[in-house]
Amino acid sequence: MSVSERSAEIDPQNSGESTGARWPAIQDYAIIGDCRSAALISRHGSIDWLCWPRFDSPPIFSAILDRERGGYWRISPVAPETITRKYVQDSNVLETHVLGRSGKAVLTDVMASAPYTSRRVGLLPDHEVIRKVTCVAGEMEFEIEFRPRVDYGRSGVRVCEKGELGLRFVVGKGAYWLRSSTPLTVEGSGVRGRVALRANETLRFSLSYSEEAPAVLTPLDASLDARIEHAIAAWQQWGRRANYDGAYRDSVMRSALALKLLTYAPTGAIVAAPTTSLPEHLGASLNWDYRYCWLRDASFTIRALLELDYWDEAEDFLEWMLQATRLTQPKLRILYTIYGDKAPVERELEYLSGYRESRPVRVGNAARDQLQLDVHGEVIDAAAQFAFHGGHLDREMQRTLIGFGNYVAKNWDQPDEGIWEPRSGRENHTHSRLLCWTAMDRLVRLGERGLLRGAPVEVYKHHSDLIRRQIETRGWNERLQSYVSVLDGDEPDSSLLLLSWYGFEQADSARMRSTYRMLRDSLGTPDGLLYRYRKEKLEGAFAICSFWEAEYLALGGGSLDEAQQLFARLMKYSNDLGLYGEEIDPNSGAALGNFPQAFTHVGLIGAALSIRGREKGETQLAHRPPTATAHSSAEVRS
Amino acid sequence: MNWTSWLLSGFVATLALSTLLSTSHGLGLTRMNLPYLIGTFVTPEREKARVYGFMIHLVNGWAFSILYVLIFEALHMANWWFGALLGVAHALFVLTVVMSLMPGIHPRMASEQHGPNANRQLEPPGFMALHYGIQTPVSVFLAHAAFGAILGSLYRIAT
Repeated sequence: MSVSERSAEIDPQNSGESTGARWPAIQDYAIIGDCRSAALISRHGSIDWLCWPRFDSPPIFSAILDRERGGYWRISPVAPETITRKYVQDSNVLETHVLGRSGKAVLTDVMASAPYTSRRVGLLPDHEVIRKVTCVAGEMEFEIEFRPRVDYGRSGVRVCEKGELGLRFVVGKGAYWLRSSTPLTVEGSGVRGRVALRANETLRFSLSYSEEAPAVLTPLDASLDARIEHAIAAWQQWGRRANYDGAYRDSVMRSALALKLLTYAPTGAIVAAPTTSLPEHLGASLNWDYRYCWLRDASFTIRALLELDYWDEAEDFLEWMLQATRLTQPKLRILYTIYGDKAPVERELEYLSGYRESRPVRVGNAARDQLQLDVHGEVIDAAAQFAFHGGHLDREMQRTLIGFGNYVAKNWDQPDEGIWEPRSGRENHTHSRLLCWTAMDRLVRLGERGLLRGAPVEVYKHHSDLIRRQIETRGWNERLQSYVSVLDGDEPDSSLLLLSWYGFEQADSARMRSTYRMLRDSLGTPDGLLYRYRKEKLEGAFAICSFWEAEYLALGGGSLDEAQQLFARLMKYSNDLGLYGEEIDPNSGAALGNFPQAFTHVGLIGAALSIRGREKGETQLAHRPPTATAHSSAEVRS
Repeated sequence: MNWTSWLLSGFVATLALSTLLSTSHGLGLTRMNLPYLIGTFVTPEREKARVYGFMIHLVNGWAFSILYVLIFEALHMANWWFGALLGVAHALFVLTVVMSLMPGIHPRMASEQHGPNANRQLEPPGFMALHYGIQTPVSVFLAHAAFGAILGSLYRIAT
C-alpha cells in the first residue's frame, strides 16, 4: 500500500481531543496550504494552526499551542469509531474518512485559492480554506465549532452576521469571511452548529481572508466542488513533473509535495516549517520558531529540486537566496524571512501553555544574530549544482559568488556557532570548515570550467588546501579513529556524515568508515535513528541525520542492501500521511519539533535519489557535474 | 470656460486622487481598491482588472472634473477651499449613494440579500463602504477633498 493511501486507526484515548484539553500527537496533524501559508488539521477535523496571509503572520487558530486560548475550527464527527486519512493521490488535498456506528462520511480539506504560482487570475479569494463534508452511507452527525483568536490567542474577535453573505470579522487590515451551507449560531466570539447528515447529503464551508482588495466570496454550490477538483488536478499536474522512477515513489512524492507547500510562491523562499514552538522534548524549553528560511538547507534543497526536475522551483529558490541576501553580502545571515528581511527579535509568549505544557512559546528567532560560516558553502554549492546541471549563472550571480568566496577566504579560520545553532558560544566546528572547503572547491571548479569570470582561482585553491589540511589533522582524532565535531575535540557529530556528501572524503575511505562506526556506536539507536550530537540527549533523534546515514551508505559507505534496509526502517517513522517532523522520539516513534519539517523531507528525497543512483550504478556525489543528465539553458527554460 | 485649463487641472487632480487612494490602500487603511472595483466591471481577471480599472478611473476622474469646473464658472468662484468643499460633497455622494447602489449595478458584486453566486462574488461595500475598512470613509473624504482643492487651485491659476 502506498504512503499516501495508508491510513491509521483512531486512537481511542484521543477521541475527544478537539473538544477539551486533550492534545493530539504532533504526527496526528496533516498540512494543507496554498504556497503562501499553511494550516494544520488534526485527525478529528480541527484546524489548530492557521497563519494568514503568510507563514510567519500571527495565527488566528493556534490551539496547537494552547488548548484553551488558541483558536480552532473543528468539523468533528460525533462518536466516530474509526477515522482514517489520506491525501488524494499526488496532491495536497486532504480526505478524512469517518466511520461511525450508523454511517460513513468524508471530510475534504483544501486551500484552493491560489493556482500555486505567483500569478493570480480570475475572481478568487486571496486566501481560502474550503471544507466539505459528505455522508456517503447511513447517517452521521457533525459538530462545527469555529473559535478564531487573534495575535497568538491573545484575544477573541467580534463575529458579525451579514445575511446571505455569511459571517464576517475583521483583524487588523484584513477581513475574514466564513460561509457555511448550514446555519450556524454566533456565540460570543465564536460560532457553533450541529448537523445530522444522511446518505449523499453534503455540507460546504469556505473561510476566506482578504487584505488587498474587497473580498471574493465563494458560492457554496457545485462550483465549490469543481474548485476542489481543480485543486487536485493542479497538484497532480505539478506532481507529474517529478523525475523519479525509484522504489520509493510515494514517499518521494509526498516529500516533494510537502516541500512545495512550504514554498512561498511570490518569492521562491522555502520555510523550514510552518509552525513555531512544537517541542523537541515534551515539557521542555527547546521550542523554536521555524517559519523562516535557513540558508543551511540550500545545497540539499537545490539537489532535491534539480534531480527531480523541478527547475523552476530550483531557479526561484536560488534567485531568492541571491536577492534576499543582497543587503548583507558578502556576509550572510543564517536565516531570513520569506522576503529576505532579518527575522524578528525572539520573544516569549508567556500567556500560552505551549504544546503539552512545553514552555515557552517563542516567536522570532535569536539565531538571527549567530555566525555560521557554513552558510556560504551551502549557497555556493547550491549555485554550483545549478550550473553543473546546465543552469545559467549571469554576471551578477557570478560577482555575488566571487564576493562570497573572497569572504570565506578571509574568514574561514574563525570560530562560529555551527550548524546546530547552540546558544553556548562559538567553537571551531569541523562541519563549518567542511563547508568553507566546499565553497573554495566549488568556486575553483566553476572557475576552471569558465563559469565564473574573474574569479581568483589560485587564491581559492590555496585556501582549499589549507582548510583540507586543517580538517585532516585537527578535525581527525587519532585516538578515536574518527573525525570529530570540533577541531582538536573528541565529540561525535552526525553532520560529519556529510564529509562524503560534499566530496571531501570518499564514502568508502578508511577514515569515513571508521568515523561512521563511531557515530553509529555513540549516537545511534537500535532502530536505526541518529542523534545529532551527544552533548544533549534531552531531545529526540534528529530525523535528517538518519536520512544522511542512509545516503552515506548508498554513496558507498555501506552496501546497497544496507542503505535500502535503513531507508525502509525510516519510512515507518512517518505519520499515516507520509509526513515527518524535525525529530523522532526513539522510544515511542512519535514526531517531535516543528511539523512538517522541510529539512527532513529534503533528506528523505536525497537518500532516495542516492539509493536510486546506486541501483543504477550512476555517479553518486551530488556536487559532481552529472554529465549524463546535464540540461542546456534552453532546455531549462522550455 | 477655459478648456485647456480644465484639461490640465482635471488631469493633475485625478492623478492626485488616484495616488492618495492607492496610498491609503497600500498603507492598509482601506481595502477599497477603486481600480480593481471598476476594472471588474469589465473583466473577472484580477491583474487585468487593476490595469483597466486604473485607466477607466483616470478618464472618469478627468471627465468628472468638468462638473467641478462648471460649478466654478457658474459661481465665479475657483479656489482651493471651495474645490475642497465640493470634493467633500462629492465624497459624501459616492459613499452614501454610489456605494449603496453598487451591488445593483456591479455585474460581479454580491449582496446581503442574495449572497454570492457563479457571477456575483465580490464583497459589497456596505454603508459608507465600511466593509472595506473602518477608515475607508476618511481616506475617501481626504482624497476627494484633495482632488477638489487641486482642481480649484490650478483652474484658478490657469485662468
